[in-house]
Amino acid sequence: MTTTNDVPLRVENLEVHYHTRKGPVKAVDGVSFELQKGERLGLVGESGSGKSTIALSLMVAHKEPAKIEGGKIFLNGTDMLSLSDAEVRSKRLSEIAMVPQGALNSLNPVMRVRDQMIDGLKAHGVSKSKEEFADFIAELLRRVGLDGGVAEMYPHELSGGMKQRVTIAMSISMNPSVIIADEPTSALDVVVQRQIVQTLLEAQKQIGAATILIGHDMGLMAQFATRMGIMYAGRLVEIGPTREIFNNPKHPYTQLLISSLPNTQGKRRLSGIPGITPSLLNPPPGCVFHTRCPKATERCKIELPNLITEENEHSQACHLYTEPAKSEEEVTA
Amino acid sequence: MSSASPEIAPSDVQIDDDQIGIIKTVFEVIKRNKTLVSGLSILLLIGLFSLFGTLLIDPERTEVGAGRPAQSPSSEHILGTDQQGRDVFADLAYGTPASLIIGLIAGVIGVGIGTALGFLAGYYRGYWDTFISLTTDVFLTIPALLVLVVIASMTTVLSIEAMGLLIGFFAWMGPARTIRSQVLSLRDRSYVDVAKFNGVRDIEIIWRELVPTLMPYIAASFVGTVAAAILASIGLSALGLGPQNEPSLGLTIYWSVTYGALIREMWWWFGPPIVVIVMLFIGLFLMTAGLDQVSNPRLRTSV
Amino acid sequence: MNEVIPLLECRDISKTFVSGTFKKRYNLALDKTSLTIAEFPPAITAIAGESGSGKTTLARVLLGLLPPTEGQVIYKGQDIAKMSRSEFRDFRREVQVIFQDPFESYNPFYKVDHVLETPIRKYGLAKNKKEAKELIIDALETVGLRPSETLGRYPHQLSGGQRQRIMVARAVMLRPKIIVADEPVSMVDASLRATILETLRTLNDEFGISILYITHDLTTAYQVAENIIVLYKGTIAEAGDVEKVINSPTHPYTRLLVDSIPQPDPDLQWGSDSSVSRLTGGMSGHGCVFYDRCPIREDRCDETPPSLYQPDKYRVTRCYAYEESGTFDSPKLTDAFIPASEIAPIQG
Repeated sequence: MTTTNDVPLRVENLEVHYHTRKGPVKAVDGVSFELQKGERLGLVGESGSGKSTIALSLMVAHKEPAKIEGGKIFLNGTDMLSLSDAEVRSKRLSEIAMVPQGALNSLNPVMRVRDQMIDGLKAHGVSKSKEEFADFIAELLRRVGLDGGVAEMYPHELSGGMKQRVTIAMSISMNPSVIIADEPTSALDVVVQRQIVQTLLEAQKQIGAATILIGHDMGLMAQFATRMGIMYAGRLVEIGPTREIFNNPKHPYTQLLISSLPNTQGKRRLSGIPGITPSLLNPPPGCVFHTRCPKATERCKIELPNLITEENEHSQACHLYTEPAKSEEEVTA
Repeated sequence: MSSASPEIAPSDVQIDDDQIGIIKTVFEVIKRNKTLVSGLSILLLIGLFSLFGTLLIDPERTEVGAGRPAQSPSSEHILGTDQQGRDVFADLAYGTPASLIIGLIAGVIGVGIGTALGFLAGYYRGYWDTFISLTTDVFLTIPALLVLVVIASMTTVLSIEAMGLLIGFFAWMGPARTIRSQVLSLRDRSYVDVAKFNGVRDIEIIWRELVPTLMPYIAASFVGTVAAAILASIGLSALGLGPQNEPSLGLTIYWSVTYGALIREMWWWFGPPIVVIVMLFIGLFLMTAGLDQVSNPRLRTSV
Repeated sequence: MNEVIPLLECRDISKTFVSGTFKKRYNLALDKTSLTIAEFPPAITAIAGESGSGKTTLARVLLGLLPPTEGQVIYKGQDIAKMSRSEFRDFRREVQVIFQDPFESYNPFYKVDHVLETPIRKYGLAKNKKEAKELIIDALETVGLRPSETLGRYPHQLSGGQRQRIMVARAVMLRPKIIVADEPVSMVDASLRATILETLRTLNDEFGISILYITHDLTTAYQVAENIIVLYKGTIAEAGDVEKVINSPTHPYTRLLVDSIPQPDPDLQWGSDSSVSRLTGGMSGHGCVFYDRCPIREDRCDETPPSLYQPDKYRVTRCYAYEESGTFDSPKLTDAFIPASEIAPIQG
């Protein structure tokens, strides 16, 4: 077993359900993965995949009607779900920090940048003199490519890109072990998007924090992540090194997804994935993808595939890659 | 859309054969809102009282000299008689619907005019908006009650309908403003533009695309206006400025004040109308609050 | 050379937004732009830009939803501002739109059928209910939807992708001459984008509809369009053959945009060169709009704005660096566009 130093975050069989009038919606249905120290994991998924739910759940910041129904989240060896609210709060920012979606206005509009940053630090017991704080903030802002004068400004005076950089500065202010960036570039233009992702990359490298980038843009993942996890309908269907995923995708969903991506290296016929994501209220039996999978077999309709690791640390959850557990006749009986 | 469940695609909660129509949805939403239901129940009670009252009780009992004056409640006069011999219960039974009718007339006129003006101002903007908004603001600064008092005191005979009209004339500003601001935000929605490309003309866009969506606001405005109108009419009648030839709740109070019912300890005379008025207002208030909750999902207590 | 018959054109359009009652602020959203869309051959043209580029303003002006501050929009030879009611009605029918937001495009009060039945009724496209139904079913199947899964539902019961496809079906059903698609796939899942974009191509190929594809995503613009216009702060920075503009950009802004595209290939990384931040020093406002961010700027760039120069047969660029190639003199931007006849057919 790896020591906690090498694995700042370990998720085991996480289950998060939304309780609606019609029953529980299984937004996250048994997801497990490990985050190595200092690595950059990209969690990719479309709408309904559960990726945003995971982002909030990892910080135990999910709200009603979402509830964590099962599984464990180990942050630096401690089971987050067994902690009290106060204990979880103290770990946020200091051990696990979040860079929220670009489209949300997560900064307090009536406080100057400097005051917001200091507030967060003070709430975690960081105490410095006024000058020390000023220097500290200036240094943080410099690290994300912002001029020190930004500290005096109010959020509405900043552009979208600058605001996101402030949130990145805040997230690294206490040198956390884990940073969760949940679609940090949504609603930002492509040039600004590049700046933000590169800023995040730099910041992450400097403090050696393991980072999870959550999103739907495979291009961004290719630029940022060293390892990628593909989510579909609440389950992790494939996970592995980025190059492996792009050059040798195993799961049919990943294969279809990658082949549907347009690029600028020559025009070609575009093809998407037929069908629609299944209802998470009443997921189909067996493999969640079988209704849209061109390679589905009878087994896929009955048996849920597990995430199997093969060579190159490349895992996928698909029956195509496993020996039948029993003979085919026994399974369908 | 809420941010708590950002990407639960609608297909996740797909309703297969259970097609919820808009009418059904309206009923369901109303049923779930306790405030609205209690308000509606009270009003329904009062409405039924008025209905059966007018059907079952002889209207002559509301006239002067119908019975011996100043009688406390007895088997012949359930709520006794007033100083002039009117049967108090009959008075109430006929006076309540009168107040309600005034409120309804004023409500219809106020909301009718106000909504129309609100739509014109909000949808067409430009000169329409400038003119209508200016007029609305001017009317808002006029002390409506004072003007009503002056007008009512100048007229010799005032019918229920006339009173309704008069109050309605000063009741349109609120709805006009509410509807205008709603329309201003809705007109920029893509579906309005899509309607334009579907060949729909402006008036039809207002009528078919915007009015249905704004029904909750119009309904809430209506209830609010009716409530305010009933209050105004009762107030005016209690001052003796309302219709004098037909019974109304306010009129009953007027007579009871004029004849010193309080001093004479004729509780059966001034008491019941006050009870009915209070019930009426609690009912209207609960309905307004309930409708507010329905039209503003953030106020809802249940999903 | 084929004489391109202009169907929809805008001549020297500009749009300034005014805000404030006492202290007025003027925002030049779109600056002196001229554009032509031909009826034949039906082409797909992309208008690309970031937020604030003026692309949405241009789209709305061309659609007749926004009156221009200066200039005219001409449809079939007539100024749309001066059209009669019935002429304008024809314009509305023949120049259709697909909006960006698949949720806002529907009135939540009605089922999705409403948006398909209304135009049939208003434009008299069918003689009776049966015909109307057939028209709708046909349109839905053209975009790859199953009527049994979509009709009779409320918008919130369908996914964003389905809603957007219904919008495309609506546009197709009317057999327009032009479809202006304003960021039609930006709010749709990646796996469905390809399907919708391929449908747009089909509309162009099989139904002969010209398409104006407005987007901020250069990659999809590249795949879908033959020619592209890159807008920056209300002006045309570069325009022409999409292969040239995207794969060998000349204008510094286009270069910046193309370099910032996150390629879905781990071996094609962004350069580490981050000279993307704003350079010091402001600008006068009288010169090139890109002055304050341009890595190759010179003093004269801040004095007067450059004209459009033509470094290639099918490409124009607004940068002094290409002055020697000669000015692009034609009032019709499309003269610098590659004609469909010269484009290689698509593989795959």
